[in-house]
Amino acid sequence: MSDVLIEARNLSVHFPLRRLGFGERPVVRACEGINIEIEKGSFFGLVGESGSGKTTLGRAMLKAAPISLGEITYSDTDVTYDLGSLKGLELKEYRKRAQLIFQDPYAALSPRMTVRDIIAEPLEVMGITSSRAETDEKVREIAAKCRLNLEHLRRFPHAFSGGQRQRISIARALVSDPKFIVADESVAALDVSIQADVLNLLNSIQEESGITFLFISHDLSVIAHTCNFVAVMYLGQIVEAAPTHKLFSETAHPYTRALLSAIPSLDPDVRGHAQKLEGEIPSPINPPPGCRFNTRCPHAQERCRTEVPEWREMSSGHHVACHFSEELSAEFGT
Amino acid sequence: MTSPLISVKDLTLRFKTDEGLVTAVNNVSFDIAPGEVLGLVGESGSGKSVTAKALMMLNAENSVYDDNSHITLNLDGEDIEVLSLKRPQDQMIIRGGAISMIFQEPMASFAPAITIGDQMVEQLLIHSDMTPAQAKDISIEMLTRVGIPEPAQRFGQYAFEFSGGMRQRAMIAMALSTKPRLLIADEPTTALDVTIQAQVIELMKDLVDEFHMSILFITHDLGVIAQTVDRVAVMYLGNLVETGTVRQVINSPAHPYTRGLLNSLPKLDDLEAPLTPVPGDIPSPLDRPSGCVFHTRCVESGAIAEKCRTEIPVYSSDSANHQVACHLATQGEQS
Repeated sequence: MSDVLIEARNLSVHFPLRRLGFGERPVVRACEGINIEIEKGSFFGLVGESGSGKTTLGRAMLKAAPISLGEITYSDTDVTYDLGSLKGLELKEYRKRAQLIFQDPYAALSPRMTVRDIIAEPLEVMGITSSRAETDEKVREIAAKCRLNLEHLRRFPHAFSGGQRQRISIARALVSDPKFIVADESVAALDVSIQADVLNLLNSIQEESGITFLFISHDLSVIAHTCNFVAVMYLGQIVEAAPTHKLFSETAHPYTRALLSAIPSLDPDVRGHAQKLEGEIPSPINPPPGCRFNTRCPHAQERCRTEVPEWREMSSGHHVACHFSEELSAEFGT
Repeated sequence: MTSPLISVKDLTLRFKTDEGLVTAVNNVSFDIAPGEVLGLVGESGSGKSVTAKALMMLNAENSVYDDNSHITLNLDGEDIEVLSLKRPQDQMIIRGGAISMIFQEPMASFAPAITIGDQMVEQLLIHSDMTPAQAKDISIEMLTRVGIPEPAQRFGQYAFEFSGGMRQRAMIAMALSTKPRLLIADEPTTALDVTIQAQVIELMKDLVDEFHMSILFITHDLGVIAQTVDRVAVMYLGNLVETGTVRQVINSPAHPYTRGLLNSLPKLDDLEAPLTPVPGDIPSPLDRPSGCVFHTRCVESGAIAEKCRTEIPVYSSDSANHQVACHLATQGEQS
């Protein structure tokens, strides 16, 4: 097994709400009891519906969301950080190592800064380069990597299309030489033709520099093509995690199964066999008791409504939280 | 063949801007038969939404329709020339009457400070001679039909109290309550999760059967197209490059752009297959390429590249209903 770069143990992120009248203060349980390990140099996919807590988990790993319980540990060859207690200089140091690519390339870039300034800003803020010449050289080097030419650097973001803007965001994230990048729905706002281009770029960057990616998406087909490990999230919990090929060939959780079958097939002749998932994701303020998926699960039984399923290893590297995954896995396989 | 419900002929639409006239739609012709679902596919900026809005005369003040453009709506044997309806009171036949539209962003389409129920009742009162009580009953019935739980209670709520999927259902209920002949659905599932998308697609299919109306379904997602529509029209930079039945277009695409779109789609049955993007970006409509509009990004033109740069390909059909505008396809047919 290779080294683990970042690891979450029993992680919970809670956002307290304003008290309504008397009684207990309501809490949004965005993430609850999460255990994952992201290996160095991997392309780790996180998938789930909106409201499942994917973004919160990604942000917690960048220390941009509060860690309520549990811990996140970042361990590289030279340093080990406990994210819960990280502050001051060490936190600044961590920011250089961990970067974020946002979802909407139209909102993420300042319209008043040239592309060169956008990409150079992290270098200046973090004090990585000492002179303008050095900054310029670094910017040019990164821009070339992301297929932006020198002409582009003088322009403002409004002159660019969605795909080009996303490449600028990627360049900005890469410029501080990070070890870990969280890509939050980075291709969701793009056309399919451009989406493929950005995915290929991320993949080639990963292969070249060995950066570890946490790739957040709601689209399993995109995840399947880019990531080598996938975790499926539902209502603040991870319900299944496995290497990509295993997740697709030995699907063990009914939610993963439902996500897979909801992807519209490209073949017009296989219409309508999708296993439809009823209803919508419940509120994370008041999650259902027992297994959180029991309200929508077509296989739910009495036990699911009362007993919280254990997070267990089904086979090597394949974790799942479902009482009946062995039976269901066999059933799905046929 | 029955006569089409709506027939678009040589539609050319330009916008007056500070930088000059921008061509948004160029010489587009298509028909939609009664009860047919036509899918309109293309990247952002290809003119899909502008074409759809033209059917309801919803484009902005600065739009200029070419004199040869015709949009004919056939209502019970009577032909209505949509583009000649200039006054708002005349346009009421099409807007919300014969044609309804649902938009991509359901949050932005509902007024935030008026209850969903009042918005549904308002349009029924305008388009029919119902009493407010009847309109309320019909609205609640429609909300039930689209699968919204506790419709009577939901009727009095505001858009922000609905989830994304429910807002889109309410939007569909509202669009259908006036019993339109044609429903224009502009990216109705793009803002939704896959699981909710599957529910909405299922619902729309049921409704087509039940109400026997036509749908113009706009999306950039070919998977959604394959699952919902009968016929597909592919648009690129304001031009229609390929039309055909869904099987023809998806299974044997004739235009390099359609092939490009299909190849750039991640496929679940073959995870190792590389993703091939369509190279480059869609050109600015201010600076339309000469000849075939797609030649700047086409990877297949090869030996006849010169012809593609200079000559505009004509729309030809390689089989009954499968039409394509590409020199390569025409050549292959001759040889």
